[in-house]
Amino acid sequence: MNTTQEKDIIDKDDVVISIRNLYKSFGALDVLTGIDLDVHRGENVAVLGRSGTGKSVLIKILVGLLKPDAGDVVVLGKHVPRLSGTELDALRLKIGFSFQNSALYDSMNVRQNLEFPLRMNFKHLTKKEIDDSVDEVLDAVGLKDKINQMPSDLSGGQKKRIGIARTLILKPEIMLYDEPTSGLDPITCIEINELINDVQKKYKTSSIIITHDLTCAKATGNRVAMLLDGKFLKVGTFSEVFDYPEERIQSFFNYNFIQ
Amino acid sequence: MSVKPSRQYLFSKGLDDYFIGIQSAYKFMGRFFREAFKPPFHFRELMNQCFEIGLKSLPLITLTGFITGIVFTKQSRPSLETFGATSWLPSLISIAILRALASLVTALICAGKVGSGIGAELGSMRVTEQIDAMEVSSINPFKFLVVTRVLASTITVPVLALYCGFVALLGSFSNINAHESTSFFSFFENGFDTITFLDIFTSVVKSIFFGFTIGMVGCYKGYNASSGTVGVGKAANQAVVLSMFLVFIEEVVIVQVSNWIRLY
Repeated sequence: MNTTQEKDIIDKDDVVISIRNLYKSFGALDVLTGIDLDVHRGENVAVLGRSGTGKSVLIKILVGLLKPDAGDVVVLGKHVPRLSGTELDALRLKIGFSFQNSALYDSMNVRQNLEFPLRMNFKHLTKKEIDDSVDEVLDAVGLKDKINQMPSDLSGGQKKRIGIARTLILKPEIMLYDEPTSGLDPITCIEINELINDVQKKYKTSSIIITHDLTCAKATGNRVAMLLDGKFLKVGTFSEVFDYPEERIQSFFNYNFIQ
Repeated sequence: MSVKPSRQYLFSKGLDDYFIGIQSAYKFMGRFFREAFKPPFHFRELMNQCFEIGLKSLPLITLTGFITGIVFTKQSRPSLETFGATSWLPSLISIAILRALASLVTALICAGKVGSGIGAELGSMRVTEQIDAMEVSSINPFKFLVVTRVLASTITVPVLALYCGFVALLGSFSNINAHESTSFFSFFENGFDTITFLDIFTSVVKSIFFGFTIGMVGCYKGYNASSGTVGVGKAANQAVVLSMFLVFIEEVVIVQVSNWIRLY
């Protein structure tokens, strides 16, 4: 994406996600030790880091699946840790979460997977309105012909796409992608990266993309945040992070290139 | 990441975990009662689960019930023949089946079939993040998955138990008829002579408890599964073992209570 396009999409005055001094530990293990991050409206932020550094924990806290030990998380003006169940449900309708393993309901076919969040949250919708929404998101992810297939019949890349379509059907303002390219071949990775950028443009979403894949971070992130040892060591454009003279960051990049 | 000093235990790790487990099970049950009476109600999913639990268990219940009736009659006959009391067979069998065997056999079959099924299904949904996916879509997974399954097993197990009792009596009749050519009506007339309303009522109440226990244990173990596919297997296995264990305890307690009621 060039700088002019970025300016059109990103509103730097509007912060949709604000993370302040966030701490999270599991038993004796400290995972996040003082995280700060702002995500602006329309912006894609890629969070890079090794496996097990707490990247997924971070986005699970954003959506209220995990509670932080300390610190504050403000999403679309709401303090997530302080929300009641009903308030959290209302906020979650504005957040799309794409899971690492797609998390498609394996007892339902693609159509039922896509209809399910709509039927459960908007009981007043007519069959035609639901069908139209399903068609629209399937078109957006390019898998209209898979509508009656079961998740077990889909490839890894197709599952990821359907997973993204299932979140898009609720028209979210924020997208959280958990390792969107893990376990996929290089060509499918490129397709998923393009899809993430298309979603950003078409649905005007702000996103956090959790990844350890440098290509994905470079292709999708307007900014990249480098998470190591429970803290963001550097946040900036991909080249700013890449050129940052910090030993741990350089060793992460060197290791990934060797891989 | 840094590592803190390890946690201090109140008693010991095992004992602490045991009490934490009991507390979490009670919390889970409490949540069920809070959510079960609060809208929205998922009637369609409830019907779907009644079909899955009830109708799909019918063939196995039919076979087991029929065979139980035949075998129990066959084994009781020699003892009664010694005293020339084979005419008591219908009443003896009816009491045994309707008071104890039908509900217990149904509960044990359902603990194996339904309990393990629920444990494995919810366990695999937990480890593949399908339950989390529901939660982030503003769908209450507890209400949709747990409440419907527990209610469905609570409703269907008593119905299955009554059905099992009827089929077992048919099995018994077929065996008696082969020896003594008793008519269908006289068999049932003799059988039900000794059966009281309290017998049927106790059996139904017992089955309601059994059904609730099987659903609740299966859901609890599955919903809280962890550690990948090993965790799913463990959840299914523990669901069967624990629900069978609880079914036997409930059987003893309810039989004791119903005997007291009979006495007074």
